[in-house]
Amino acid sequence: MQEHPRTLFDKVWSSHVVTKLSGGVSLLAVDRHLLHDLEGGGSLTRIADRSLKVHNPELTFSVPDHAVSTAPDRRVDSTPNSSRLLCEMKERSDAAGITYFDLGSEGQGIVHVIGPELGLSQPGMTIVCGDSHTCTHGGLGALSFGIGATETMHVLATQTLRQVRPKTMRIALDGNIAPGVAAKDIILATIGEIGTGAGRGHAVEYAGSAIRAMSIDQRLTVCNLSIELGAKIGMIAPDDTAFSYLAGRPYAPKGEMFDRACTYWRTLPSDADACFDTEHVIDASKIAPQVTWGTSPQDVIAVDQRIPDPARESDPQRRQAMEAALSYMGLKPGDAIEGTPVNWVFVGSCTNGRLSDTREAARVAAGRKVAPNVRAWVVPGSEATQRAAEREGLDKILLSAGFEWRKAGCSMCAGINGDIVPPDQRSVSTTNRNFVGRQGPNARTHLASPAMASAAAIAGHIADPRKLG
Amino acid sequence: MQKFAQISGTAAPMMKANIDTDVIIPAKRLVGHKREELAAFAFEAHRYRPDGSDNPDFVLNMPRYRGASVLITGENFGCGSSRESAVWAMAGFGFRCVVAPGFGDIFYNNAFQNGMLLIRLPKEQVERLAAELESGAAPSMTVDLQEQVITAPSGRQTRFEIDAERRQALLEGRDEIGMTLARDMDILAFQERDRVARPWIYETSPRNEPA
Repeated sequence: MQEHPRTLFDKVWSSHVVTKLSGGVSLLAVDRHLLHDLEGGGSLTRIADRSLKVHNPELTFSVPDHAVSTAPDRRVDSTPNSSRLLCEMKERSDAAGITYFDLGSEGQGIVHVIGPELGLSQPGMTIVCGDSHTCTHGGLGALSFGIGATETMHVLATQTLRQVRPKTMRIALDGNIAPGVAAKDIILATIGEIGTGAGRGHAVEYAGSAIRAMSIDQRLTVCNLSIELGAKIGMIAPDDTAFSYLAGRPYAPKGEMFDRACTYWRTLPSDADACFDTEHVIDASKIAPQVTWGTSPQDVIAVDQRIPDPARESDPQRRQAMEAALSYMGLKPGDAIEGTPVNWVFVGSCTNGRLSDTREAARVAAGRKVAPNVRAWVVPGSEATQRAAEREGLDKILLSAGFEWRKAGCSMCAGINGDIVPPDQRSVSTTNRNFVGRQGPNARTHLASPAMASAAAIAGHIADPRKLG
Repeated sequence: MQKFAQISGTAAPMMKANIDTDVIIPAKRLVGHKREELAAFAFEAHRYRPDGSDNPDFVLNMPRYRGASVLITGENFGCGSSRESAVWAMAGFGFRCVVAPGFGDIFYNNAFQNGMLLIRLPKEQVERLAAELESGAAPSMTVDLQEQVITAPSGRQTRFEIDAERRQALLEGRDEIGMTLARDMDILAFQERDRVARPWIYETSPRNEPA
């Protein structure tokens, strides 16, 4: 008998159902639980206070990223909160038998950068973490999503989660991506086209020739912004690109076990005739470098376009939101976005803090100088990324162009460690959220790719990196 | 977890789409504050003027809506960051129920973990409720989870749907960790089978310890 065709999501989800509970809720087994410094230590303390045990410490990994200083000479106590958070997390992790990647070790970095980099994140796994950008790991074909603090405790105590099965959505991105266009541009344009709430209640699978041609770093960037599409899960079918990425990584399976895992991973991609609840098709060949103009990731245009006019918007709620966004951003409808002066540039984060992103920023900056009115930071996503970039000499290129080269962490994406954009200053940032106050009170954030950010640093205003060559 | 059966109280309309969790509670408040202290920072960027005084134009500062326990709001409320602090800040502020056309997926789960009822209604129905609050006498509302009915200031009733499991958990104020641990035999049996099928998942010592 022919088996019912299934999607990648269906296969991974159903293989992790421990038992079905009433009301459409499943008890889902968790393969990897990642803890970071904001909630990690506190959650472990609350588990201990309730006299509960960590169910599977060997499947749990903890790393500091949000609250850590990114200063080149940083220490555990360099930011007001990091000392307390990091000490609690390290002590509690050690006591529970959980691997903790301390500052200064090659495993330290942004949790969504180190997971793939260390080979902890693998195809077909369920991966959860108390951070909404956990969807990133879907770039390797994992079913990964962000959870809250109470769910974090539930996973610590039971290695499972109670979850309602989401619907499925396929976004087919076909066509050859134009030269000078980044994965960030592809996903920003997608959000601009279908909207920031479009993926709500769905697990998204990104498919199509443009996705298949992407490197794993690029796929991780695409999946990272799934939550900005409203979807807490984003996935890409694992293929040879994923398998060769994982081979040899410290926590990836080895030898014969790798081959066995690979055989299993090859069964995971969606069957040819699998059905999705919702489908979108986007022509990736038409996408140009993108930049946001407003306070939602869906407020995005190509770098050569003009800022939209709320007066042309028919929906009154949307019109009001656009007016408020333009007022916050200090922009005028009808102006070209290119040429808008900027004060800050940030290259980093779980969206664009990987080695290939650093290379892109350095490529654009090579032999040039950061404009005098701009302060530009590159914050590598992990210690390993930093070391690899330094081996390639990328730090020297960036430093001699006038960029600051810092230590790994979330830094200016969330601003929790004190790395913020000052009030009313304008930043071009490779991060994921341009929300009101996200990079600091009254900070004005333009989301863009590493090449766009680097070009803005050099030009002193929003610029098209393709023109810089 | 606090039980939820029926509440009656002031309802406030905040009809804006895509209110994100950074707006509900800014990231800088996520460290150095206890859960019970977060209410002071709920909607901080809109709620206060630059000098720290209350912004009189912000809906939750209007005398009419002070002490609201129900929020009527726009599409995709609670999108963005997974921070459960957004729920704690709102609960500390006094909210027990939010009505919107849709919610951020992670926020949705987080709310129910804290005894907060989120109700999805079609956009037109949400807008009608908001309009009634703005025009009617006292903006008070009753939300009955047992009967799955909202009673507007005019007495008009609106029925809402909710997952049976979530409804029961709220009515009973369940402790889900305890309930799941009662099924630990199932979890252990799953893991035993899975260790045979996918042994690499459980082999987590690194090939080379990262330096």
